[in-house]
Amino acid sequence: MTVYLIRRLMQAGLVLAVMSVLVFLGVFAVGDPIEILISPEATQFEKEEARRALGLDLPLWQQYLVFLENAVQGDLGRSFVFNMPAIQVILMRFPATLELALVAMLWTVLFGVPLGLWAGLKPNSVSGKTIMAGSILGFSLPSFWVGLMLIMTFAVMLGWLPSTGRAEPVTMFGITSSLWTAKGWAHVMLPSVNLALGQIALVIRLTRAGVREAMLMDYVKFARAKGLTQRRVIGVHVMKNIMIPIVTVLGLELGSLIAFAVVTESIFAWPGMGKLIIDSINLLDRPIVVAYLMMTVFLVILINFAVDVLYSVLDPRVRLKDSGS
Amino acid sequence: MSGPAAKSAGTTEPKAAAASASPWRLAIEEFFASPVAVVGLVLLLGVVIIAVFAPWISPQNPYDLAQIDIMDGRQPPGTQSMEGLTFWLGSDDQGRDMLSAIFYGLRISLAVGVVSALVALALGTVMGMVAAFFGGWVDSLIMRIVDIQLSFPAILIALILIAVLGQGVDKVVIALITVQWAYYARTVRGTALVERRREYIEAATCLALSRPRILFRHLLPNCLPPLIVVATVQVAGAIALEATLSFLGLGLPITEPSLGLLIANGFEYLLSGKYWISFFPGIALLVTIVAINLVGDQLRDILNPRLKK
Amino acid sequence: MTETLVVENLATHFFTKAGVVKAVDGVSFRVGRGKVLGLVGESGSGKSVTGFSVMGLVDPPGRIVSGAIRFKGENLVGKSEEAWRSLRGARIAMIFQDPMMTLNPVLRIDTQMIEAVQAHERVSAEEARKRARDALGQVGIPSPEERLKAYPHQFSGGMRQRVAIAIALLHKPDLIVADEPTTALDVTIQGQILAEVQSLARDTGTSLIWITHDLSVVAGLADDICVMYAGKVVEQGSVDDVLDHPLHPYTNGLLGSVPSRNRRGEPLRQIPGMTPSLLSLPQGCAFQTRCPRADAACRHNIGMTELREGQFVRCVHPHQEALA
Repeated sequence: MTVYLIRRLMQAGLVLAVMSVLVFLGVFAVGDPIEILISPEATQFEKEEARRALGLDLPLWQQYLVFLENAVQGDLGRSFVFNMPAIQVILMRFPATLELALVAMLWTVLFGVPLGLWAGLKPNSVSGKTIMAGSILGFSLPSFWVGLMLIMTFAVMLGWLPSTGRAEPVTMFGITSSLWTAKGWAHVMLPSVNLALGQIALVIRLTRAGVREAMLMDYVKFARAKGLTQRRVIGVHVMKNIMIPIVTVLGLELGSLIAFAVVTESIFAWPGMGKLIIDSINLLDRPIVVAYLMMTVFLVILINFAVDVLYSVLDPRVRLKDSGS
Repeated sequence: MSGPAAKSAGTTEPKAAAASASPWRLAIEEFFASPVAVVGLVLLLGVVIIAVFAPWISPQNPYDLAQIDIMDGRQPPGTQSMEGLTFWLGSDDQGRDMLSAIFYGLRISLAVGVVSALVALALGTVMGMVAAFFGGWVDSLIMRIVDIQLSFPAILIALILIAVLGQGVDKVVIALITVQWAYYARTVRGTALVERRREYIEAATCLALSRPRILFRHLLPNCLPPLIVVATVQVAGAIALEATLSFLGLGLPITEPSLGLLIANGFEYLLSGKYWISFFPGIALLVTIVAINLVGDQLRDILNPRLKK
Repeated sequence: MTETLVVENLATHFFTKAGVVKAVDGVSFRVGRGKVLGLVGESGSGKSVTGFSVMGLVDPPGRIVSGAIRFKGENLVGKSEEAWRSLRGARIAMIFQDPMMTLNPVLRIDTQMIEAVQAHERVSAEEARKRARDALGQVGIPSPEERLKAYPHQFSGGMRQRVAIAIALLHKPDLIVADEPTTALDVTIQGQILAEVQSLARDTGTSLIWITHDLSVVAGLADDICVMYAGKVVEQGSVDDVLDHPLHPYTNGLLGSVPSRNRRGEPLRQIPGMTPSLLSLPQGCAFQTRCPRADAACRHNIGMTELREGQFVRCVHPHQEALA
């Protein structure tokens, strides 16, 4: 188990290192950063001075080491739009994105699992088939277009929910979130549903497949032969088995939600880091782009790692096999 | 059939037809047994025909400035232009006929999706074959890259590439290829490893057939069914991803207006109730993706050997 | 004395897209208190479905279409799901074929045993646990207290089957349906399990239905035997009668395909052909396509006839010579 974890950690470190080279080469080495960093009116001398000050006269590999050293210390450059450390700008926006992703995750669990369970238990019923048809649609619907349609329906035509922005966050019990207020929920509703739709479809399919497979297993029949109630057979014997893949996938999908928030935040003007990155790419605010990419890559690696650990905790077969060796 | 039914009632007689007809013909017959899949196929054919013949069937060339008039801008569906052309699906802010714009957009979206999927298919197949056939560190290296790449959300990979490479049609296609190739590589390797152990490969090896010959004449055809399934899903995914990137303003340039860009153009008018500029291109995108997925779903059911028995 | 179980004209059919599969078609037998019935047949003969029917565990598209299952005099067919549930595991228990598959892999043994106790009796978890531990000891599992905390994959196949048997014995049922419980095990373990089940059943007065395709297993175990073919009983009687002088050509064929000390040197005979599809059975006797004695007369349906006292057969051309 520990050997496995150490190996995974080393792999994660390697990926992060490769990613940093990639981002460094792509964003800093291609083109002349001076052209972007210094105002076009600067004289040749000023440019040379800045070049030396920024260490850009050094060989490329030395520049990379400097970049890496700074990056490890949390310094990924200064945003020239905000005139603040890029990492700080990103971190300021991060809670909004996390909030959105977590609410979307909540919808995913709340709707995906029960609907998938139902469709799996009654695969031939009209309701079961409707759920599956809906999930194919959820898979196929381009998320950004659904976002527009949600705005059109619920904000423009019905006027029930606000279409853009996030409510003012409030701090309670040491947690700052916009979800402490009803207004906060009204604002998060459309974007989170939009973000969750694809995931709900995924979880429905996953749960349904898991239930259908589990229901054919001998251990389910044996559980029934013991005289257990249908409720206990499904609630404990079936659920416990299918929860392992579902929890794993849900965990992995959290990274996906954070990444796809880029689209949702752009549509609903949600002030998270996804919207920031799109603005920054368009404004050529490269330090922010780098900071976002490194941060998200780091998050995804972290989440994958956490899910791996969680998986081995959840599945006794994995847990014990590893501890035995 | 399931459980005890399968156990006790398992038909032992093979179908008489199965022995004589070729597996491909059987697959085709099975495909047409599902009405939903046939609907998907018909829709897909319709979409492809429209995309291919867009310049000839569109009411106007939406990108010929001589044919459009800004005075016709933002007309709702059904209105007539100043020159007597009916905007069945309305017009955009530049006075373009939406129907024509969608036909042209479909052409671009489909082309980008199919081209990127084909290149990714070729690349992934070669990589998968190489991994399966050479094994050892080559295999570990390729598969490790595949694993790591697949652990990242597709859109994040695309964002990284576009941030690094910059924008443009070629960059988008590169991003789409990068996102997709790993799926093909994994599929091909998996199938190839299974097939490699089969008797017919052993027989071919014993006959001292050359390696490339074994690879391409014997192994590849057997990897085709799962590849076809992956490819349908991937084309749909590529089209959706390209549309998303274009919608974000990071995809195709304005000179190559795909469906995503059309939808983005209509975004600002949505709030004032002029829904058609975004709505109809979205429907076109939806129909395309649903059609591909319906066909893909049925193909998976037919070609998946695990579900066969 | 009332019999523990009387099955009369049981018919369990599966309504599939391809047609109605008559997996069990008019089966009758009885099991006395403390007796062992061997239910013998090839795969596809309907013996497992018969077992599941007795448990009330036939899943759609299958269902019991007619007949009666009288358990201690009470007909169970048509009972509510709750009535079935309260019997299952308590009065009628079942042991499955593959011990690797019957225990839930992600639940600990104690969880799976305690829930089985509490499904039928309102006892504390502690008391239930004690009962579980005793049951494990009873089936010969060493240090049951520690083993309770283990997961199924930490047991060998034979041990798992013992756990399954312990679960079946928890409520001292009147009847245990054992569906080929030793087929998946090593021969040595098979013998141990057989011996143990037999003695446990004898001690507690539990009746057994032992489903198997292996005549040699029932030979030493069963009191009565019921041979099934294509959903119907073709021969039944006491184990000695049926095995010593089988009347049905199918039973005869089955016996010929089992190695035996008495016929050393003789070649093993094999029944030619395969079990027919239940969707396309021939008119009349289902075995006629593989039977060496078949002729035109076999195309008529025929009932069970008692050719010897207590030995019934469904055949136009039975091995009468065996009676002579």
